[in-house]
Amino acid sequence: MTFRTDRAKVSGLGSAKSGADHWFGERLKSVALIPLTIIFVLIVAPLIGKDHATVIASFQNPFVSISLILFFLVSFKHLEEGLQVVIEDYVHSKGSLLLLIIFNKLFCWTFGLAAVFAILKITFAG
Amino acid sequence: MSKRVKGNRPLSPHLTIYRPQMSSISSILVRITGVSLALGFILIITWLLAASTNVYYFDCINSILTSWFGIIVLIGSVWALCYHSLGGIRHLIWDMGFGFDLKIADRLGWMVIIGSFILTIFVVYYSGVLL
Repeated sequence: MTFRTDRAKVSGLGSAKSGADHWFGERLKSVALIPLTIIFVLIVAPLIGKDHATVIASFQNPFVSISLILFFLVSFKHLEEGLQVVIEDYVHSKGSLLLLIIFNKLFCWTFGLAAVFAILKITFAG
Repeated sequence: MSKRVKGNRPLSPHLTIYRPQMSSISSILVRITGVSLALGFILIITWLLAASTNVYYFDCINSILTSWFGIIVLIGSVWALCYHSLGGIRHLIWDMGFGFDLKIADRLGWMVIIGSFILTIFVVYYSGVLL
């Protein structure tokens, strides 16, 4: 027999932890991606099919490098969170759920950082 | 306690048994385009990595991307990006609590579908890959 109240026993349990923060963060990234995607398309679309020298030269503009780095940082996190929601919705076995969530994180972090690395290398080393 | 929760409970209506509607189809397409954009993400980052490595790798990736197959995948990715962006904006409008009226929801759905094709044509024309 404990003298703790029912309220004290359940406090901190359940889903009322950081869900609102997570939800708001997802929306914030979505909103940020609206202008970033427009900038990304305006910069990258005309570069597809151009020769190496033209592509390298266009990255000498800091606006291009910085906005593309921002785009890839926000979009890889958005991709990771989005893919995780899809995995959680459709995969029901606990083992493959865990494996897929880990694989998803590895995949998104790898490609996100590869993008930032490539942009920085082009910008600084040509 | 945990036994009672499991049981053979009725499930919420899933895609397979749900009558397709404007709002449900246009919404699931946001998810499908989002997942397939992972491929576009890989493609464009491979292109960037090749550009950062040297001109030979770049020419190799460039010739794949500008082959007929590469162009089809790229245009598909552009459409997926346009659709996902417009559909995402519609979901943001819904998240703010507007546009739940059936008529408005339907109209928003058509705007997303038609808008995605118009934007795709604009981006493909602007990129000059087909010229």
